[in-house]
Amino acid sequence: MTQVAQSGGSAAGLASAVAVKPRMRRRFNYQSVIGTMPMIATAVGVFIICIIFSIIWSFTNSKLFPNFNFIGLDQYVRLWRTDRWIISVQNVFVFGILSIGLGMVVGYLLAVFMDQRIKGEDLFRSIFLYPFAMSLVVTGLVWQWMFDPNLGIQEAVRQLGWTGFEFAPLVKSETALYGVVLGGLWNGVGVTMAIMLAGLRGVDAEIWKAAKIDGIPTWKTYLFIVLPMMRGAIATSFILQCTGVVRVFDIVIAMTQGGPGVSTQMPAIYVIQHITDRVNVGQGMAAATMMLVPVMALIGLQYFLQWRSNRKAGRA
Amino acid sequence: MTSEALSSRATGAVAATGPSGPKPNKLTLSRVGVYAFLILAALFFLMPLWVMVVTSLKGMPEIRQGHLFNWPSMLTFEPWLKAWDTACTGRDCNGLKPGFWNSVKITALSVPVSIVIAMINGYALSFWRYKGSEFLFGVLVFGAFVPYQVVIYPLIIGLSKVGLFATLPGIVVVHTIFGMPILTLLYRNFFTSLPVELFKAARVDGAGFWGIFFRIMLPMSVPITVVAVILQTTGIWNDFLFGTVFAGRENMPMTVQLNNIVTTTTGIREYNVNMAATILTAAVPLVVYFVSGKWFVRGIAAGAVKG
Repeated sequence: MTQVAQSGGSAAGLASAVAVKPRMRRRFNYQSVIGTMPMIATAVGVFIICIIFSIIWSFTNSKLFPNFNFIGLDQYVRLWRTDRWIISVQNVFVFGILSIGLGMVVGYLLAVFMDQRIKGEDLFRSIFLYPFAMSLVVTGLVWQWMFDPNLGIQEAVRQLGWTGFEFAPLVKSETALYGVVLGGLWNGVGVTMAIMLAGLRGVDAEIWKAAKIDGIPTWKTYLFIVLPMMRGAIATSFILQCTGVVRVFDIVIAMTQGGPGVSTQMPAIYVIQHITDRVNVGQGMAAATMMLVPVMALIGLQYFLQWRSNRKAGRA
Repeated sequence: MTSEALSSRATGAVAATGPSGPKPNKLTLSRVGVYAFLILAALFFLMPLWVMVVTSLKGMPEIRQGHLFNWPSMLTFEPWLKAWDTACTGRDCNGLKPGFWNSVKITALSVPVSIVIAMINGYALSFWRYKGSEFLFGVLVFGAFVPYQVVIYPLIIGLSKVGLFATLPGIVVVHTIFGMPILTLLYRNFFTSLPVELFKAARVDGAGFWGIFFRIMLPMSVPITVVAVILQTTGIWNDFLFGTVFAGRENMPMTVQLNNIVTTTTGIREYNVNMAATILTAAVPLVVYFVSGKWFVRGIAAGAVKG
């Protein structure tokens, strides 16, 4: 029995991060297997077999339909020689660093202000969170309209008398990406705020008393004492935003369609374009496989940290 | 990954009582500052909604004057009617209503299917583990983090092999697949938090897998199912990528049609119609959000991995 539990434990891998103590001894129950057939089909059929096929096709010269004419690493060589892809990767990094960084800072700031025993907390929370209920397509289209160079915010401010005012990021290729960041921030920062606020509320009240007795100013307590104690909330919102960044697609399509030029191209768009309009499946699959790399790296990091903490726990 | 933190947050967000921050002083300068900051932030968050509403109620001549933020001097509901009924996507001029009904169909089918399956998964993973079940769960959790683009193409091929590509059942299957990781996690965490004696007592009374599921677990999981329904309804309604790729022309959901209406307009762009269409598309999830209130926040916290 212990052997079964052990092999199950190591095979569970990621699942063990969801540490729930095993309550039932494993016994074979065919009804349980029948009941979870959809799960078996999804886990094996989609998240294992489909990924394997994507990787296999990335080594072929598939065009409209998949084939198995293997051409080695050619698709990858071509991929990394394509400006469009390299710009996509750069864009997703800039987009990711900016939107995660700003999201964290603004989210924490909002959470701290929300934590000041304010009146109407529920109202403010609703206002900060409602954009998240809306689709990213809606978000993209609204901001595209507000950034309109002739009729948008820029024009409205100019009519107030500030005629030199410039605020139409989407029309210039140097600034278009920042416009997308702002739209994404508006949509998602409320969630970061909610997670951070829950984290703040989870901090022991004794900490506050102790800080007060020591005469530490409130802002210092928030920044240097409370913030480091909220590792869970920070990690949650970080991972949440990371997966969002790797997948970023809808908002860019709605806001800029990747333009002007290729200034807001993203890897996710590159993949979809190659399997649809550009009918070059092999190339698309090579790009998709590259998208898997950062995710695998993150999971590997998670494994490593867990392994290290297990080892520490074992020693102690 | 941090799903442990997530699930504890899911309950923690609700369990937390009141602010824990430092006690406020009376109305000092810093208090004014706090409110000033929050109100400014709130204005920023409300601005796009305001702009959407006022733009959709203006006529095009007034929009061309460029007063983005002004309340319309002449109210008109024409754009709303047009957006719903006659706005054009390419050659079809049926407005958003086909997309709306497609989204209703897709959501109405996908939400119950995906939730029932995930409920059984969570139940089996909590009380009826079998050899390899934890491994499967691990794969599912991994699936929550995989970029969709990595699995989309093989899935297209697979679905067209069985004749489901670009059909209504096909898109329901796709939503079920991609909703499964987070929903299964949600239900698994819920069921493992139930007292195990409940399960044991039913076993002693001779109930089997399905008996316990239908008579005990199903009635008990109503609260978590509310969260799951909110999560899935907004998630599926707001989906764009799967709708573009898997739904086909016949079942094009509202978000895809909205994007087509706004971005492929030939001739004059009618911003008021576009904004009316945008509000119409956002309306369903917004209603869900405002009606469900705190449940929605719980759903977000629980669904944080979904991204």
